[in-house]
Amino acid sequence: MPVESLPGLHAGLLLAAALFCLGLAGLLVRRNIIFMLMCVEICTNAAALAFIVAGAHWGSADGQAMFVFVITLAAAEVAIALALVLQFYRRRHTVDIDQLNGLRG
Amino acid sequence: MQETFASSVTWMAAWIPLLPLLGFLILISVPLFSRRELPESATAIVGVGSVGFAALLTMFLVFALFRNDPSAVLQVSLWQWLDVSGLQLGFDFHLDWLTMVMLLVITGVGFLIHLYSAGYMRGDDGYRRYFAYLNLFVCAMLVLVLADNLVLLYLGWEGVGLCSYLLIGFWYRDPANGAAARKAFIVTRIGDTAMAIGLFLLFSQFATLNVSGINAAAGSAAAGDFTITLAALLLLGGAVGKSAQLPLQTWLPDAMAGPTPVSALIHAATMVTAGVYLIARLHPLFAASTTAMSAVAIVGALTLLLAGCSALVQSDIKRVLAYSTISQIGYMFLALGVGAWSGAIFHLMTHAFFKALLFLSAGSVILSLHHEQNIFAMGGLRKKIPFTFLCFAIGCACLAALPLTSGFYSKDQILLRAWEFHHGVNGIWLAGLLGALVTGIYSFRLLFLVFFGREGSASAHCEDANNRVMTLPLLMLAALALMGGLMAPPLQSVFGQAAAGHPPAWVEGIAIAMPIIGLAIAWRLFLQKRRPADQPSALHRFWFGGWGFDWLYDQLLVKPFLFLAQINRNDIVDSFYKGTAYASRQLNGLLSITQNGQVRWYMATLVCGSILFLALLVAL
Repeated sequence: MPVESLPGLHAGLLLAAALFCLGLAGLLVRRNIIFMLMCVEICTNAAALAFIVAGAHWGSADGQAMFVFVITLAAAEVAIALALVLQFYRRRHTVDIDQLNGLRG
Repeated sequence: MQETFASSVTWMAAWIPLLPLLGFLILISVPLFSRRELPESATAIVGVGSVGFAALLTMFLVFALFRNDPSAVLQVSLWQWLDVSGLQLGFDFHLDWLTMVMLLVITGVGFLIHLYSAGYMRGDDGYRRYFAYLNLFVCAMLVLVLADNLVLLYLGWEGVGLCSYLLIGFWYRDPANGAAARKAFIVTRIGDTAMAIGLFLLFSQFATLNVSGINAAAGSAAAGDFTITLAALLLLGGAVGKSAQLPLQTWLPDAMAGPTPVSALIHAATMVTAGVYLIARLHPLFAASTTAMSAVAIVGALTLLLAGCSALVQSDIKRVLAYSTISQIGYMFLALGVGAWSGAIFHLMTHAFFKALLFLSAGSVILSLHHEQNIFAMGGLRKKIPFTFLCFAIGCACLAALPLTSGFYSKDQILLRAWEFHHGVNGIWLAGLLGALVTGIYSFRLLFLVFFGREGSASAHCEDANNRVMTLPLLMLAALALMGGLMAPPLQSVFGQAAAGHPPAWVEGIAIAMPIIGLAIAWRLFLQKRRPADQPSALHRFWFGGWGFDWLYDQLLVKPFLFLAQINRNDIVDSFYKGTAYASRQLNGLLSITQNGQVRWYMATLVCGSILFLALLVAL
C-alpha cells in the first residue's frame, strides 16, 4: 500500500517534521542555554514521534523500543547538560551561549 | 733459520708505520683516561720516541737487507683489504731501494725534526696535539711510500693532506692561519681529484692497480698510447698539487702559517716531495709517453724559474724558504722529465737534509728574535747567535749548490742529465742553469741580509733561544747536509743503469760556476747596499706576489664562486619546501576562521550541510 494513501501516517510524519523544525529554529535563534536545551528536547521528541508513527503503521514493536531508548537518552542528556549549565552559570553568571566561546581558532 | 729471519724482517717493516700510528693513538686518547694534561716530557717521549724507533728499525733493515744487495726487494703482505669483482687490493708493502731512501728521509729527518720540536714547542698549549698530528703525519707518509698498490698510496696521500691541513692551522685562533690551512687543503684537493680520475683510468686500462703490474703493462704498451699519456698527465696533476708546482703552487707560501718545524718536516723535507716520489715510482708509465715526460720537464723548469724569482724579493724569512722549496722541487720535476730518476731522488734526499736544516735554523732565528720574521729587521746576527749562523750558512751553501756540498752533487747530476737527454744546448738545460744562478742569488741574499751588515731593528733584543734538544738535530742535519753528497743511494736496481755519457768539460764548468756567480751578485747587491728601495718597482711587486697567481685565481674562481653563492643565498631548492610550509600555514589560517567558538554558528553550518546532503541524495 503506497504511503500517500495512508492519512494517519502522513499526518503523524508531518507533525514530527514540524516539531523538529520548530526545535531547530529555536536552537538557532535562542541564546539562552536553558531554552536551547528545551529546543534540543523538542527535536529529539520529534524524532521519537516519527518512530512511534512508523512503528504503529507497520505494526512493529521496534518503534516503541526506539522511543524508550530516545527517552532514556534525553534524560541522560538533560542530567549532564543541566549540570554543565549550572557550573557555567556559577563561573560566568550568565547563561548566554555566545559568551561560551573560549574554544575559538 | 732463514725463514724465521724473513718473517721477523717482515714484521719489522710492518712496525715502521705502526709505531707512529701507536704514538698518535696514545697521544690523542689521553683525555679519555686522565683528566689532567700529560706532562710535556711524557708527551715528547711518546711523540719523539715512536718516530725514533721507526728510524732505528729502518736503519736496521737497510743494514740487514739492503746494504749488500742493491737489488733486494722485500714484499710484505699484511692483509686483504678489498676484493670487489676483479679489484683485489691488499694492505701490502713493497720495499726496494727507492722505498728505503724515502723511509730513511722520512724517519731520519722526521726524527730530528721531532726532537727539535720538543724544544721549539715547549710551553705551547697544544703540545700534545702537536705531537699527535706530527706522528699521524709520519704514519701516513710512511704508508704512502711503502704502499704496493696505488689505492693504499692514495690513502697515505690523503692522510698527509689532512695532517698538513691540521698543522698549518695549528694555531687556529688566528683566522689567517685557518684560511691558509683551508687554501692548502682545497688547492691540493684539485690535484687529488685529477689523480683519482687517473687511477680509475689506469684500472680500466690495465685491470690492476698494483705498482709493479702497472709498470710492467706500461713498459710493454705501444709507444704514444693515448690512454697512457692521459693517465700519466692526470697523475702529474696530482703530483703538481701535492708538490706545489705550477699551476697549483699557490698554497705553499701560505702554508708557512704553521709552526716552523712543521714547515721543515711537511712543507720542505717530506710531504711536498710525494709528487716526485709518485712519478719516480711509476717511472715506466711516464717513460712510455714522451708528451707526459715533456710536460713534467716543462712544469719543473717553469716552476723552478718562477718560484726562484719570487724568492728573490720576499721579505719574510720563511716565505723565502717556501719559494726556494717550490723552486727546488721544480728541479726534481725537471730531473724526472729528462729521465734522471736517480738524480731526482738524490736531490730529494739532499734537499730534505739541507732544507730541514735551513728551516730549523730559521726557526731558531725567529725564536731568538721573539717571533720576528722580517729579514729587513734582522742583520748582523752573525756574532749574536754564531751556532745558528753556522748551521744556516751550511744550509745556504748546500741550497746554492756550492762545490763539495751535498746540493752540488745532486744538482750537477740533474744538469748533466738534462744536457745529455736533449743532446746539447736546450731550453730545459738553460732553465736549470738559470735556476742555479737565481738560487745562488736568493740563498746568499737571505744569508747576508740576516746575518751580515748593520744590525736591524729587531737585532738589538736578540737572545740565543737554542737549547740542547734543539742544537743536537741542527748539528746532525748540518753534518748530513755536508756529507749527503757522498751518500748517493744505489738506485740502479730500481731505475736501470743510466746511459753514461760525457758532456764536454765546459758544460760541467758552467754548472759549477753558476752558484758562485750568484754568490758574487748577492755580495755586490745585498752586502754593500742592503736597504730595500723605497719605492719597489712594478716587477718587484709582481714577483713579491708570486707572479699574480693568487690574484688570477681570485678573479677566475673565488670571485665567481662567491658571486654565485651570494645569488643563491636563499637556497633555490629550499624555496620549494618553504613554499609548501607557507601554503599549509595559509590554509590553516583560512580554516581557523571557521572555528569562531560560536556554538549557534556551528549549528547553522551543520544544518546547512545536512540540507545540502539531503538535497543531493534526493537529486541523484
